[in-house]
Amino acid sequence: MTKAIRSLGALGISLALTLPALAETAPTETPDIVIDGGAVTLPTFADAPAHLEGALGDKIYSGWVFRDAETRAMQEDDFANPSMAFVDQGIEAWNTVDGTEGKSCASCHNEIESMKGVRAVMPKVNAAGELWSMENYINDCRTNRMGAEAWKWSSQPMENMTLAISLQSRGMPVDVAIDGPAKPFWEKGKEIYYTRYGQLELSCANCHQQNYGQMIRADHLSQGQTNGFPVFRINGAGTVSLHERFSGCIRDTRAEPFEQGSQEFRDLELYVASRGNGLPVEGASVRH
Amino acid sequence: MRFWAAAIVRFIAASVIAGAVIWGAAQAEVAPADVAWGEGNVIAESLSGTPGNAGEGAKIYAEKSLGNCVACHVVSNSDADFQGNVGPSLDGAGSRWTEEQLRAIVADAKHVFPDSVMPSFYKTSGYVRPGEGFTGKPAQEPLKPLLNAQQIEDVVAYLATQKE
Repeated sequence: MTKAIRSLGALGISLALTLPALAETAPTETPDIVIDGGAVTLPTFADAPAHLEGALGDKIYSGWVFRDAETRAMQEDDFANPSMAFVDQGIEAWNTVDGTEGKSCASCHNEIESMKGVRAVMPKVNAAGELWSMENYINDCRTNRMGAEAWKWSSQPMENMTLAISLQSRGMPVDVAIDGPAKPFWEKGKEIYYTRYGQLELSCANCHQQNYGQMIRADHLSQGQTNGFPVFRINGAGTVSLHERFSGCIRDTRAEPFEQGSQEFRDLELYVASRGNGLPVEGASVRH
Repeated sequence: MRFWAAAIVRFIAASVIAGAVIWGAAQAEVAPADVAWGEGNVIAESLSGTPGNAGEGAKIYAEKSLGNCVACHVVSNSDADFQGNVGPSLDGAGSRWTEEQLRAIVADAKHVFPDSVMPSFYKTSGYVRPGEGFTGKPAQEPLKPLLNAQQIEDVVAYLATQKE
């Protein structure tokens, strides 16, 4: 038995070595994410958006399919999904009065279910023509309507709230606008996506477009889709916002990342989100 | 007056000696900015002036904090775990490439293959938002190269032992 496995392994290695240097490698299987025995079912691939012009091939894939069985399973059980404890805290904060105006989120927005659909279209150009992430909208409410203090971009209270709001859109396809007033932000984000940063001179595209499906040491490169954010990362045993993830990735190119919440990262957020238009919001996902 | 004259003489003498020492070092080691590229994208001259040590090269190749070549490449006879496959396998690299070519690729892969994802290991400037190592803090160019001249030579010596 062991021997059989070993020779299979050897065959795998020799196959891998004889193959030409393929860059992107599409996942061989794309099962649905079946949560709580089918209460929620999320597809893990979608047709690639037209604006990509084939850069990722025909299909786009959730980062979930690039993770190991154990990590996948955690997201298929809301009780085992460590994000859910933070979602609960977010819902509690939603209903808690804070600030000088004596208001909670619920005072104006009623039940958190009213946020359904919000996550799918974030980030979005606001009435003043600025590109805002969900964090900006939350802090605008807090400071201007509630008389409460702004939360720091990737603070735990902020991530609890973005998680709780994201979960309301679970299963809805990502659908960020990239035209009209969003266009210049999207263009800038695209430029950032393809810029090779740091002493290692790596762009987002170098890993997540050219080499998704390949291994950097023990890390299985995904397409870098954002539909699962905020995520619970087993790696750091905590919740991680998208800008925190951007920051970590760019830091690891031996570069100076942009500030979380900066114009650059919001532009990048829009562009990367648009590469995942069509994938379902996973709300509170689990990643390695 | 005599004191000053003596001081100036001493200063000049010291400068000449220091200059000679630096000049001597420069003879032995080629600084990243002074690398001489030969016809056909090769670096013919040793960067350190000291022959590479393949055993040291193997360590640099596999060590995460040094070359970390293993993150992206497979060498079948290496005992490193989780060898990556973003780059091509380096089995037989010593048969496919000359030492001059290997030195060029290890030192500055993008000079040889402009679209390569591979970092340039012996380059100190021309970066976008360079950081101080992995701290995320900004760094001023010229940066320290990812590997020094002798480490490049060692890795080249190691790769040269990978024969088909």
